[in-house]
Amino acid sequence: MGLKITKDEVDYVAHLARLDFSEAEKSKFTSQLNDILMYMETLSQVDTAGVEPMSHAISLQNAFRDDIVKDSLGHDLSLSNAPEARGPFFRVPKVIE
Amino acid sequence: MILSRLTIHELQSLIRTGGATSSDIVQSVFARIEEVEGRVHAYITLMKDHAFAEAARADQDIKAGKIKPLTGIPIALKDIVCTKGFLTTCGSHILYNYVPPYDAMVVQKLREAGAIFTGKTNMDEFAMGSSTETSYFGITRNPWDLDRIPGGSSGGSAAAVAADECIASIGSDTGGSIRQPAALCGVVGMKPTYGRVSRFGLIAYASSLDQIGPFTKDVEDCAIMMNAIAGYDSQESTSVPMNVPDYTEFISRGIDGWKVGIPKEYFIEGIDPEVNEAMQRAITTIEGLGATCVEISLPHTEYCLAVYYIIAPAEASSNLARYDGVKYGFRSQDSIDLLDMYKKTRSAGFGAEVKRRIMIGTYALSSGYYDAYYKKASQVRALIKRDFTEAFTLCNAILTPISPTPAFKIGERMDNPLQMYLSDIFTVSTNLAGIPGISVPCGFTKGGLPIGAQFLAGHFEEGPLIQIAAAFEKYANIEKRRPNL
Repeated sequence: MGLKITKDEVDYVAHLARLDFSEAEKSKFTSQLNDILMYMETLSQVDTAGVEPMSHAISLQNAFRDDIVKDSLGHDLSLSNAPEARGPFFRVPKVIE
Repeated sequence: MILSRLTIHELQSLIRTGGATSSDIVQSVFARIEEVEGRVHAYITLMKDHAFAEAARADQDIKAGKIKPLTGIPIALKDIVCTKGFLTTCGSHILYNYVPPYDAMVVQKLREAGAIFTGKTNMDEFAMGSSTETSYFGITRNPWDLDRIPGGSSGGSAAAVAADECIASIGSDTGGSIRQPAALCGVVGMKPTYGRVSRFGLIAYASSLDQIGPFTKDVEDCAIMMNAIAGYDSQESTSVPMNVPDYTEFISRGIDGWKVGIPKEYFIEGIDPEVNEAMQRAITTIEGLGATCVEISLPHTEYCLAVYYIIAPAEASSNLARYDGVKYGFRSQDSIDLLDMYKKTRSAGFGAEVKRRIMIGTYALSSGYYDAYYKKASQVRALIKRDFTEAFTLCNAILTPISPTPAFKIGERMDNPLQMYLSDIFTVSTNLAGIPGISVPCGFTKGGLPIGAQFLAGHFEEGPLIQIAAAFEKYANIEKRRPNL
Protein backbone atom coordinates (compact mmCIF):
# COMPACT_ATOMS: atom_id res chain seq x y z
CA MET A 1 0.00 0.00 0.00
CA GLY A 2 1.09 3.53 -0.68
CA LEU A 3 2.05 6.08 1.92
CA LYS A 4 -0.83 7.57 3.89
CA ILE A 5 1.08 10.75 4.50
CA THR A 6 4.01 12.24 2.57
CA LYS A 7 6.80 14.43 3.86
CA ASP A 8 5.16 17.45 2.18
CA GLU A 9 1.94 16.74 4.03
CA VAL A 10 3.88 16.43 7.28
CA ASP A 11 5.26 19.91 6.54
CA TYR A 12 1.77 21.25 5.92
CA VAL A 13 0.24 19.66 9.04
CA ALA A 14 3.20 20.88 11.13
CA HIS A 15 2.47 24.41 9.98
CA LEU A 16 -1.21 24.05 10.88
CA ALA A 17 -0.17 22.80 14.33
CA ARG A 18 2.41 25.60 14.68
CA LEU A 19 5.29 23.17 15.01
CA ASP A 20 8.73 23.09 13.36
CA PHE A 21 10.75 19.95 12.75
CA SER A 22 14.31 19.28 11.65
CA GLU A 23 14.79 17.19 8.51
CA ALA A 24 15.72 14.15 10.60
CA GLU A 25 12.64 14.53 12.81
CA LYS A 26 10.47 14.97 9.71
CA SER A 27 11.66 11.67 8.22
CA LYS A 28 11.12 9.83 11.49
CA PHE A 29 7.66 11.37 12.00
CA THR A 30 6.61 10.63 8.41
CA SER A 31 7.37 6.95 8.84
CA GLN A 32 5.84 6.71 12.35
CA LEU A 33 2.69 8.59 11.30
CA ASN A 34 2.37 6.27 8.32
CA ASP A 35 2.50 3.22 10.57
CA ILE A 36 -0.11 4.71 12.89
CA LEU A 37 -2.43 5.84 10.08
CA MET A 38 -2.17 2.41 8.43
CA TYR A 39 -3.34 0.92 11.72
CA MET A 40 -6.35 3.29 11.67
CA GLU A 41 -7.31 1.80 8.28
CA THR A 42 -8.91 -1.09 10.19
CA LEU A 43 -11.91 1.19 10.83
CA SER A 44 -12.85 1.09 7.16
CA GLN A 45 -14.01 -2.52 7.77
CA VAL A 46 -16.82 -1.30 10.04
CA ASP A 47 -20.21 -0.59 8.50
CA THR A 48 -21.28 2.73 9.97
CA ALA A 49 -24.05 3.60 7.53
CA GLY A 50 -26.71 5.52 9.41
CA VAL A 51 -24.78 5.57 12.70
CA GLU A 52 -24.93 8.95 14.42
CA PRO A 53 -21.39 10.08 15.42
CA MET A 54 -20.99 10.15 19.21
CA SER A 55 -19.31 13.11 20.81
CA HIS A 56 -19.84 12.63 24.53
CA ALA A 57 -20.54 9.50 26.54
CA ILE A 58 -23.18 11.10 28.71
CA SER A 59 -25.33 13.47 26.72
CA LEU A 60 -26.43 16.45 28.70
CA GLN A 61 -28.74 18.77 26.82
CA ASN A 62 -27.67 22.11 28.18
CA ALA A 63 -25.51 23.05 31.11
CA PHE A 64 -26.86 26.36 32.28
CA ARG A 65 -26.23 28.07 35.56
CA ASP A 66 -27.73 31.22 36.96
CA ASP A 67 -26.25 34.43 35.66
CA ILE A 68 -24.78 35.67 38.92
CA VAL A 69 -21.79 38.00 39.10
CA LYS A 70 -18.93 36.38 41.00
CA ASP A 71 -15.35 37.35 41.79
CA SER A 72 -12.92 36.73 38.95
CA LEU A 73 -9.13 36.43 38.99
CA GLY A 74 -8.27 40.07 38.30
CA HIS A 75 -5.33 41.49 36.32
CA ASP A 76 -2.50 40.67 38.68
CA LEU A 77 -3.29 36.99 39.08
CA SER A 78 -4.21 36.59 35.42
CA LEU A 79 -0.86 38.01 34.38
CA SER A 80 1.14 36.32 37.13
CA ASN A 81 2.36 33.53 34.82
CA ALA A 82 2.89 35.64 31.71
CA PRO A 83 6.33 35.26 30.10
CA GLU A 84 6.12 39.01 29.43
CA ALA A 85 3.55 41.50 30.59
CA ARG A 86 3.28 45.26 30.60
CA GLY A 87 0.63 47.05 32.63
CA PRO A 88 -2.62 45.13 32.26
CA PHE A 89 -1.49 43.43 29.01
CA PHE A 90 0.23 40.27 27.79
CA ARG A 91 3.22 41.30 25.68
CA VAL A 92 4.02 39.52 22.40
CA PRO A 93 6.44 40.09 19.49
CA LYS A 94 5.33 42.59 16.87
CA VAL A 95 2.28 41.40 14.93
CA ILE A 96 1.62 44.26 12.50
CA GLU A 97 4.40 45.75 10.37
CA MET B 1 4.05 0.19 63.68
CA ILE B 2 5.04 2.11 60.54
CA LEU B 3 2.23 4.58 59.86
CA SER B 4 3.09 5.18 56.18
CA ARG B 5 2.19 1.53 55.47
CA LEU B 6 -1.39 1.84 56.71
CA THR B 7 -4.62 2.54 54.84
CA ILE B 8 -6.88 5.56 55.20
CA HIS B 9 -9.43 3.61 57.25
CA GLU B 10 -6.75 2.17 59.54
CA LEU B 11 -5.23 5.61 60.10
CA GLN B 12 -8.67 7.14 60.65
CA SER B 13 -9.38 4.73 63.50
CA LEU B 14 -5.95 5.46 65.00
CA ILE B 15 -6.66 9.19 64.79
CA ARG B 16 -10.07 8.76 66.39
CA THR B 17 -8.72 6.70 69.26
CA GLY B 18 -5.71 8.94 69.86
CA GLY B 19 -3.27 6.29 68.61
CA ALA B 20 -1.65 8.67 66.12
CA THR B 21 -1.72 12.34 65.25
CA SER B 22 -1.74 13.77 61.76
CA SER B 23 1.76 15.11 62.42
CA ASP B 24 2.95 11.57 63.24
CA ILE B 25 1.48 10.29 59.97
CA VAL B 26 2.92 13.09 57.85
CA GLN B 27 6.28 12.59 59.60
CA SER B 28 6.18 8.88 58.76
CA VAL B 29 5.29 9.49 55.10
CA PHE B 30 8.06 12.05 54.62
CA ALA B 31 10.57 9.75 56.33
CA ARG B 32 9.61 7.10 53.77
CA ILE B 33 9.90 9.63 50.93
CA GLU B 34 13.39 10.50 52.20
CA GLU B 35 14.27 6.81 52.21
CA VAL B 36 13.04 5.71 48.76
CA GLU B 37 12.24 8.71 46.56
CA GLY B 38 15.81 8.85 45.19
CA ARG B 39 15.21 5.43 43.65
CA VAL B 40 11.51 5.63 42.72
CA HIS B 41 11.12 9.28 41.68
CA ALA B 42 7.34 9.33 42.10
CA TYR B 43 7.16 13.10 42.64
CA ILE B 44 7.90 16.18 40.57
CA THR B 45 7.29 18.60 43.46
CA LEU B 46 7.10 17.91 47.20
CA MET B 47 4.94 20.09 49.46
CA LYS B 48 6.72 19.20 52.68
CA ASP B 49 6.49 22.48 54.61
CA HIS B 50 2.88 22.91 53.57
CA ALA B 51 2.09 19.33 54.63
CA PHE B 52 3.60 19.74 58.12
CA ALA B 53 1.82 23.06 58.65
CA GLU B 54 -1.49 21.55 57.56
CA ALA B 55 -0.88 18.50 59.80
CA ALA B 56 -0.46 20.81 62.80
CA ARG B 57 -3.76 22.46 61.87
CA ALA B 58 -5.44 19.05 61.44
CA ASP B 59 -4.22 18.04 64.91
CA GLN B 60 -5.98 21.11 66.35
CA ASP B 61 -9.17 19.99 64.64
CA ILE B 62 -8.74 16.43 65.93
CA LYS B 63 -8.29 17.73 69.48
CA ALA B 64 -11.45 19.77 69.06
CA GLY B 65 -13.28 16.64 67.88
CA LYS B 66 -13.74 17.94 64.33
CA ILE B 67 -12.80 14.87 62.34
CA LYS B 68 -13.77 14.54 58.68
CA PRO B 69 -13.35 11.45 56.45
CA LEU B 70 -9.83 12.43 55.35
CA THR B 71 -8.70 14.54 58.29
CA GLY B 72 -4.94 14.32 58.65
CA ILE B 73 -4.42 11.87 55.77
CA PRO B 74 -1.44 12.53 53.42
CA ILE B 75 -2.53 12.43 49.78
CA ALA B 76 -0.50 12.96 46.60
CA LEU B 77 -1.84 14.72 43.51
CA LYS B 78 -0.95 14.00 39.90
CA ASP B 79 0.79 17.06 38.50
CA ILE B 80 -2.11 17.58 36.09
CA VAL B 81 -4.50 19.08 38.68
CA CYS B 82 -4.05 22.76 39.41
CA THR B 83 -2.89 23.68 42.89
CA LYS B 84 -3.08 27.34 43.86
CA GLY B 85 0.40 28.62 44.63
CA PHE B 86 2.13 25.30 43.86
CA LEU B 87 3.95 24.42 40.66
CA THR B 88 1.78 22.44 38.21
CA THR B 89 3.74 21.19 35.20
CA CYS B 90 1.72 18.39 33.58
CA GLY B 91 5.12 16.73 33.11
CA SER B 92 5.97 19.23 30.39
CA HIS B 93 8.73 21.72 29.66
CA ILE B 94 6.07 24.08 28.30
CA LEU B 95 4.57 24.39 31.82
CA TYR B 96 7.88 24.08 33.71
CA ASN B 97 7.21 27.26 35.72
CA TYR B 98 3.41 27.38 35.86
CA VAL B 99 1.96 28.29 39.25
CA PRO B 100 -1.85 28.18 39.00
CA PRO B 101 -3.84 31.05 40.52
CA TYR B 102 -6.63 28.65 41.55
CA ASP B 103 -7.27 25.13 42.86
CA ALA B 104 -8.90 22.36 40.84
CA MET B 105 -12.32 21.32 42.21
CA VAL B 106 -10.93 17.92 43.21
CA VAL B 107 -8.26 19.70 45.27
CA GLN B 108 -10.89 21.89 46.94
CA LYS B 109 -13.02 18.86 47.71
CA LEU B 110 -10.17 16.81 49.16
CA ARG B 111 -9.12 19.76 51.31
CA GLU B 112 -12.69 20.20 52.54
CA ALA B 113 -12.65 16.51 53.50
CA GLY B 114 -9.53 17.16 55.60
CA ALA B 115 -6.79 15.79 53.30
CA ILE B 116 -3.17 16.94 53.52
CA PHE B 117 -1.23 17.22 50.27
CA THR B 118 2.25 15.70 50.10
CA GLY B 119 3.15 16.87 46.61
CA LYS B 120 2.63 16.61 42.89
CA THR B 121 3.39 13.31 41.19
CA ASN B 122 5.23 12.50 38.00
CA MET B 123 3.38 11.61 34.81
CA ASP B 124 3.76 11.18 31.08
CA GLU B 125 3.85 14.61 29.47
CA PHE B 126 0.24 15.88 29.18
CA ALA B 127 -0.87 12.36 30.26
CA MET B 128 0.16 10.98 26.86
CA GLY B 129 1.84 7.68 27.49
CA SER B 130 1.57 4.30 29.16
CA SER B 131 4.89 4.22 31.03
CA THR B 132 5.69 7.61 32.62
CA GLU B 133 8.79 7.73 30.42
CA THR B 134 7.79 10.86 28.49
CA SER B 135 7.89 13.26 31.47
CA TYR B 136 10.18 16.27 31.03
CA PHE B 137 11.19 15.72 34.66
CA GLY B 138 12.62 12.21 34.25
CA ILE B 139 11.21 8.71 34.57
CA THR B 140 9.46 7.05 37.53
CA ARG B 141 10.53 3.52 38.41
CA ASN B 142 8.25 0.65 39.43
CA PRO B 143 8.69 0.04 43.20
CA TRP B 144 8.41 -3.73 42.58
CA ASP B 145 11.32 -3.75 40.13
CA LEU B 146 13.31 -0.57 39.62
CA ASP B 147 14.31 -1.62 36.08
CA ARG B 148 10.68 -1.55 35.04
CA ILE B 149 8.12 1.13 34.23
CA PRO B 150 5.28 1.85 36.71
CA GLY B 151 2.74 2.18 33.91
CA GLY B 152 1.25 5.47 32.90
CA SER B 153 0.33 8.08 32.47
CA SER B 154 -0.33 8.41 36.23
CA GLY B 155 2.80 6.36 37.03
CA GLY B 156 3.97 8.68 39.82
CA SER B 157 0.64 8.51 41.65
CA ALA B 158 0.58 4.68 41.42
CA ALA B 159 4.22 4.28 42.46
CA ALA B 160 3.79 6.72 45.38
CA VAL B 161 0.96 4.60 46.83
CA ALA B 162 2.79 1.30 46.18
CA ALA B 163 5.98 2.62 47.82
CA ASP B 164 4.10 4.12 50.84
CA GLU B 165 5.21 7.62 49.81
CA CYS B 166 1.62 8.74 50.46
CA ILE B 167 -1.51 7.01 51.77
CA ALA B 168 -3.63 7.56 48.65
CA SER B 169 -3.35 9.64 45.52
CA ILE B 170 -5.23 11.25 42.66
CA GLY B 171 -4.73 10.42 39.00
CA SER B 172 -6.48 11.02 35.70
CA ASP B 173 -7.58 8.43 33.17
CA THR B 174 -8.14 9.18 29.48
CA GLY B 175 -7.47 5.71 28.05
CA GLY B 176 -6.35 3.70 31.10
CA SER B 177 -3.97 6.10 32.85
CA ILE B 178 -5.28 5.21 36.33
CA ARG B 179 -6.17 1.53 35.90
CA GLN B 180 -3.05 0.37 34.04
CA PRO B 181 -0.46 1.87 36.45
CA ALA B 182 -2.58 0.67 39.40
CA ALA B 183 -2.38 -2.88 37.99
CA LEU B 184 1.34 -2.68 37.27
CA CYS B 185 2.09 -1.28 40.75
CA GLY B 186 -0.25 -3.61 42.68
CA VAL B 187 -2.68 -0.99 44.03
CA VAL B 188 -6.38 -0.18 43.56
CA GLY B 189 -7.31 2.44 40.94
CA MET B 190 -10.70 3.68 39.80
CA LYS B 191 -11.82 5.59 36.73
CA PRO B 192 -15.29 6.93 37.56
CA THR B 193 -18.10 7.51 35.05
CA TYR B 194 -17.61 10.43 32.69
CA GLY B 195 -19.28 13.35 34.49
CA ARG B 196 -19.06 11.89 38.02
CA VAL B 197 -16.00 13.87 39.21
CA SER B 198 -15.55 17.51 38.25
CA ARG B 199 -12.62 18.22 35.96
CA PHE B 200 -12.54 21.92 36.78
CA GLY B 201 -8.81 22.65 37.08
CA LEU B 202 -7.72 19.41 35.43
CA ILE B 203 -5.34 20.23 32.57
CA ALA B 204 -7.17 18.95 29.51
CA TYR B 205 -5.87 16.20 27.24
CA ALA B 206 -8.93 14.70 25.48
CA SER B 207 -12.03 16.34 26.88
CA SER B 208 -14.59 13.72 25.84
CA LEU B 209 -12.56 11.00 27.62
CA ASP B 210 -10.68 12.56 30.58
CA GLN B 211 -11.79 11.64 34.08
CA ILE B 212 -10.24 12.03 37.55
CA GLY B 213 -10.03 9.15 40.04
CA PRO B 214 -8.22 7.74 43.08
CA PHE B 215 -5.33 5.34 43.73
CA THR B 216 -5.56 3.54 47.07
CA LYS B 217 -4.14 0.59 48.99
CA ASP B 218 -7.47 -1.20 49.18
CA VAL B 219 -11.07 -1.01 47.96
CA GLU B 220 -12.46 0.48 51.18
CA ASP B 221 -10.07 3.42 50.77
CA CYS B 222 -11.24 3.77 47.17
CA ALA B 223 -14.80 4.18 48.47
CA ILE B 224 -13.66 6.80 51.00
CA MET B 225 -11.82 8.77 48.31
CA MET B 226 -14.79 8.55 45.92
CA ASN B 227 -17.07 9.91 48.64
CA ALA B 228 -14.78 12.92 48.89
CA ILE B 229 -14.32 13.73 45.19
CA ALA B 230 -17.56 12.73 43.40
CA GLY B 231 -20.37 15.16 42.77
CA TYR B 232 -21.80 17.89 40.62
CA ASP B 233 -19.92 21.12 39.92
CA SER B 234 -21.68 23.98 38.18
CA GLN B 235 -18.32 25.23 36.90
CA GLU B 236 -17.87 22.11 34.77
CA SER B 237 -20.31 21.76 31.88
CA THR B 238 -19.93 17.96 31.57
CA SER B 239 -20.44 17.41 35.31
CA VAL B 240 -23.66 15.49 35.86
CA PRO B 241 -26.18 16.74 38.46
CA MET B 242 -26.90 13.44 40.20
CA ASN B 243 -26.89 12.38 43.80
CA VAL B 244 -23.77 10.61 45.04
CA PRO B 245 -24.35 7.54 47.26
CA ASP B 246 -22.18 6.71 50.26
CA TYR B 247 -19.78 4.33 48.51
CA THR B 248 -18.57 2.76 51.76
CA GLU B 249 -22.01 1.17 52.14
CA PHE B 250 -21.22 -1.13 49.21
CA ILE B 251 -18.09 -2.64 50.81
CA SER B 252 -19.58 -5.68 52.52
CA ARG B 253 -22.69 -6.44 50.47
CA GLY B 254 -21.23 -9.38 48.52
CA ILE B 255 -22.23 -10.45 45.01
CA ASP B 256 -24.33 -13.55 45.63
CA GLY B 257 -26.53 -14.18 42.60
CA TRP B 258 -24.71 -11.71 40.35
CA LYS B 259 -23.94 -12.38 36.72
CA VAL B 260 -20.43 -11.36 35.72
CA GLY B 261 -19.68 -11.04 32.01
CA ILE B 262 -16.45 -12.38 30.57
CA PRO B 263 -16.01 -10.75 27.15
CA LYS B 264 -14.44 -13.29 24.81
CA GLU B 265 -12.72 -10.56 22.79
CA TYR B 266 -10.56 -9.69 25.82
CA PHE B 267 -9.07 -13.15 26.14
CA ILE B 268 -7.01 -13.18 23.03
CA GLU B 269 -3.70 -14.60 21.94
CA GLY B 270 -0.83 -12.40 22.94
CA ILE B 271 -1.81 -12.10 26.60
CA ASP B 272 1.07 -13.05 28.84
CA PRO B 273 0.42 -16.63 30.12
CA GLU B 274 0.84 -15.58 33.76
CA VAL B 275 -1.70 -12.76 33.29
CA ASN B 276 -4.05 -15.26 31.70
CA GLU B 277 -3.64 -17.70 34.62
CA ALA B 278 -4.33 -14.92 37.11
CA MET B 279 -7.50 -14.06 35.19
CA GLN B 280 -8.67 -17.67 35.25
CA ARG B 281 -8.12 -17.72 39.04
CA ALA B 282 -10.11 -14.47 39.27
CA ILE B 283 -13.02 -16.10 37.45
CA THR B 284 -12.93 -19.02 39.94
CA THR B 285 -12.86 -16.54 42.83
CA ILE B 286 -15.89 -14.68 41.48
CA GLU B 287 -17.82 -17.94 41.11
CA GLY B 288 -16.86 -18.91 44.65
CA LEU B 289 -18.66 -15.77 45.79
CA GLY B 290 -22.00 -17.05 44.53
CA ALA B 291 -21.89 -15.20 41.21
CA THR B 292 -22.15 -16.81 37.79
CA CYS B 293 -19.62 -15.96 35.10
CA VAL B 294 -21.18 -15.79 31.64
CA GLU B 295 -19.43 -15.40 28.33
CA ILE B 296 -20.44 -12.19 26.59
CA SER B 297 -19.38 -10.48 23.40
CA LEU B 298 -18.28 -6.90 22.80
CA PRO B 299 -18.03 -7.22 19.02
CA HIS B 300 -16.30 -3.90 18.28
CA THR B 301 -13.44 -4.44 20.72
CA GLU B 302 -10.82 -4.81 18.00
CA TYR B 303 -11.55 -1.28 16.79
CA CYS B 304 -11.24 0.46 20.17
CA LEU B 305 -7.55 1.33 19.90
CA ALA B 306 -7.88 2.81 16.42
CA VAL B 307 -10.90 4.86 17.54
CA TYR B 308 -9.08 6.03 20.66
CA TYR B 309 -5.90 6.99 18.82
CA ILE B 310 -7.92 9.19 16.46
CA ILE B 311 -10.29 10.82 18.96
CA ALA B 312 -7.78 11.47 21.75
CA PRO B 313 -5.10 13.08 19.53
CA ALA B 314 -7.76 15.09 17.66
CA GLU B 315 -9.06 16.55 20.90
CA ALA B 316 -5.50 17.01 22.18
CA SER B 317 -4.48 18.97 19.09
CA SER B 318 -7.29 21.39 19.85
CA ASN B 319 -6.78 21.51 23.64
CA LEU B 320 -3.02 22.02 23.35
CA ALA B 321 -3.39 24.95 20.95
CA ARG B 322 -3.51 27.13 24.08
CA TYR B 323 0.22 26.63 24.74
CA ASP B 324 1.48 29.50 22.66
CA GLY B 325 4.04 31.21 24.90
CA VAL B 326 1.73 34.17 25.55
CA LYS B 327 -0.26 33.60 28.73
CA TYR B 328 1.83 31.22 30.83
CA GLY B 329 4.68 28.75 30.75
CA PHE B 330 7.73 28.55 28.54
CA ARG B 331 8.40 31.09 25.77
CA SER B 332 11.19 30.70 23.25
CA GLN B 333 13.32 33.82 23.03
CA ASP B 334 14.68 35.65 19.96
CA SER B 335 11.83 35.03 17.58
CA ILE B 336 11.34 37.38 14.64
CA ASP B 337 7.56 37.67 14.79
CA LEU B 338 4.46 36.21 16.46
CA LEU B 339 4.15 33.15 14.20
CA ASP B 340 7.83 32.40 14.65
CA MET B 341 7.39 32.65 18.42
CA TYR B 342 4.47 30.22 18.40
CA LYS B 343 6.43 27.67 16.38
CA LYS B 344 9.68 28.00 18.32
CA THR B 345 7.90 27.92 21.68
CA ARG B 346 5.81 24.87 20.87
CA SER B 347 8.63 22.99 19.14
CA ALA B 348 11.01 23.48 22.06
CA GLY B 349 8.31 23.20 24.75
CA PHE B 350 6.61 19.93 23.78
CA GLY B 351 8.28 16.51 23.83
CA ALA B 352 8.25 14.00 20.96
CA GLU B 353 5.14 12.01 21.99
CA VAL B 354 3.05 15.14 22.51
CA LYS B 355 4.12 16.48 19.11
CA ARG B 356 3.34 13.12 17.52
CA ARG B 357 -0.20 13.19 18.91
CA ILE B 358 -0.74 16.85 17.97
CA MET B 359 0.34 15.91 14.43
CA ILE B 360 -1.99 12.88 14.23
CA GLY B 361 -4.85 14.94 15.62
CA THR B 362 -4.25 17.95 13.38
CA TYR B 363 -4.04 15.64 10.36
CA ALA B 364 -7.23 13.78 11.33
CA LEU B 365 -9.14 17.05 11.71
CA SER B 366 -7.68 18.77 8.64
CA SER B 367 -9.76 19.59 5.60
CA GLY B 368 -10.44 16.53 3.45
CA TYR B 369 -9.63 14.00 6.18
CA TYR B 370 -12.23 14.81 8.81
CA ASP B 371 -14.86 12.39 7.51
CA ALA B 372 -12.40 9.55 6.99
CA TYR B 373 -10.92 9.79 10.48
CA TYR B 374 -12.70 11.81 13.18
CA LYS B 375 -16.24 11.30 11.95
CA LYS B 376 -15.65 7.61 11.22
CA ALA B 377 -14.06 7.12 14.64
CA SER B 378 -16.98 8.90 16.35
CA GLN B 379 -19.42 6.58 14.58
CA VAL B 380 -17.53 3.44 15.58
CA ARG B 381 -17.38 4.89 19.09
CA ALA B 382 -21.19 4.92 19.17
CA LEU B 383 -21.14 1.20 18.27
CA ILE B 384 -18.60 0.49 21.04
CA LYS B 385 -20.84 2.21 23.55
CA ARG B 386 -23.82 0.24 22.27
CA ASP B 387 -21.88 -3.02 22.76
CA PHE B 388 -21.55 -2.20 26.45
CA THR B 389 -25.19 -1.13 26.81
CA GLU B 390 -26.28 -4.45 25.36
CA ALA B 391 -23.77 -6.43 27.46
CA PHE B 392 -25.07 -4.86 30.68
CA THR B 393 -28.55 -6.23 29.95
CA LEU B 394 -26.96 -9.69 30.43
CA CYS B 395 -24.69 -9.09 33.42
CA ASN B 396 -24.18 -6.87 36.49
CA ALA B 397 -20.48 -6.27 35.82
CA ILE B 398 -17.73 -7.29 33.42
CA LEU B 399 -14.34 -8.81 34.29
CA THR B 400 -11.32 -8.30 32.01
CA PRO B 401 -7.53 -8.11 32.21
CA ILE B 402 -6.06 -4.58 32.53
CA SER B 403 -2.79 -4.93 30.73
CA PRO B 404 -1.78 -7.77 28.40
CA THR B 405 1.59 -8.01 30.16
CA PRO B 406 3.04 -7.19 33.58
CA ALA B 407 5.26 -4.08 33.87
CA PHE B 408 7.74 -3.97 30.99
CA LYS B 409 11.37 -2.84 31.08
CA ILE B 410 12.27 0.83 30.98
CA GLY B 411 13.04 1.87 27.38
CA GLU B 412 11.56 -1.29 25.86
CA ARG B 413 8.71 0.36 23.92
CA MET B 414 9.98 3.93 23.54
CA ASP B 415 11.14 3.57 19.93
CA ASN B 416 7.90 2.04 18.71
CA PRO B 417 4.89 4.27 19.39
CA LEU B 418 2.41 1.80 17.96
CA GLN B 419 3.64 -0.98 20.25
CA MET B 420 3.34 1.43 23.21
CA TYR B 421 -0.25 2.22 22.16
CA LEU B 422 -1.07 -1.52 22.27
CA SER B 423 -0.43 -1.41 26.05
CA ASP B 424 -3.84 0.28 26.30
CA ILE B 425 -5.79 -2.37 24.42
CA PHE B 426 -7.99 -3.42 27.40
CA THR B 427 -8.54 -0.01 28.94
CA VAL B 428 -9.49 2.51 26.22
CA SER B 429 -12.98 1.06 25.60
CA THR B 430 -14.08 2.16 29.07
CA ASN B 431 -13.30 5.80 28.31
CA LEU B 432 -14.88 5.64 24.86
CA ALA B 433 -18.12 4.33 26.42
CA GLY B 434 -17.83 6.68 29.44
CA ILE B 435 -18.43 3.85 31.93
CA PRO B 436 -16.60 3.37 35.24
CA GLY B 437 -13.82 0.83 35.74
CA ILE B 438 -11.75 -0.35 38.67
CA SER B 439 -8.38 -2.09 38.79
CA VAL B 440 -7.83 -4.52 41.68
CA PRO B 441 -4.71 -6.60 42.44
CA CYS B 442 -5.27 -10.25 41.51
CA GLY B 443 -1.86 -11.86 42.02
CA PHE B 444 1.82 -11.82 41.16
CA THR B 445 3.97 -13.29 38.43
CA LYS B 446 6.62 -15.83 39.42
CA GLY B 447 9.10 -12.98 39.09
CA GLY B 448 7.15 -11.02 41.72
CA LEU B 449 5.42 -8.44 39.51
CA PRO B 450 1.81 -7.45 40.37
CA ILE B 451 -1.09 -8.33 38.07
CA GLY B 452 -4.42 -6.49 38.09
CA ALA B 453 -7.99 -7.42 37.20
CA GLN B 454 -10.48 -4.92 35.82
CA PHE B 455 -14.16 -4.73 36.68
CA LEU B 456 -16.50 -2.59 34.57
CA ALA B 457 -20.10 -1.53 35.19
CA GLY B 458 -22.74 0.69 33.64
CA HIS B 459 -22.83 4.49 33.84
CA PHE B 460 -22.85 5.81 37.43
CA GLU B 461 -22.54 2.31 38.91
CA GLU B 462 -19.40 3.03 40.92
CA GLY B 463 -21.21 1.62 43.96
CA PRO B 464 -21.74 -1.86 42.47
CA LEU B 465 -18.16 -1.73 41.15
CA ILE B 466 -16.87 -1.12 44.65
CA GLN B 467 -19.16 -3.91 45.81
CA ILE B 468 -17.67 -6.53 43.47
CA ALA B 469 -14.10 -5.26 43.86
CA ALA B 470 -14.36 -5.39 47.67
CA ALA B 471 -15.89 -8.89 47.61
CA PHE B 472 -13.16 -10.06 45.23
CA GLU B 473 -10.38 -8.46 47.30
CA LYS B 474 -11.62 -10.12 50.47
CA TYR B 475 -12.22 -13.58 49.04
CA ALA B 476 -9.28 -13.78 46.59
CA ASN B 477 -7.07 -13.27 49.61
CA ILE B 478 -4.10 -12.11 47.52
CA GLU B 479 -0.92 -12.47 49.52
CA LYS B 480 0.03 -9.21 51.25
CA ARG B 481 3.45 -8.32 49.96
CA ARG B 482 5.37 -5.08 49.90
CA PRO B 483 7.88 -4.03 47.33
CA ASN B 484 11.43 -4.74 48.45
CA LEU B 485 12.85 -1.23 48.21
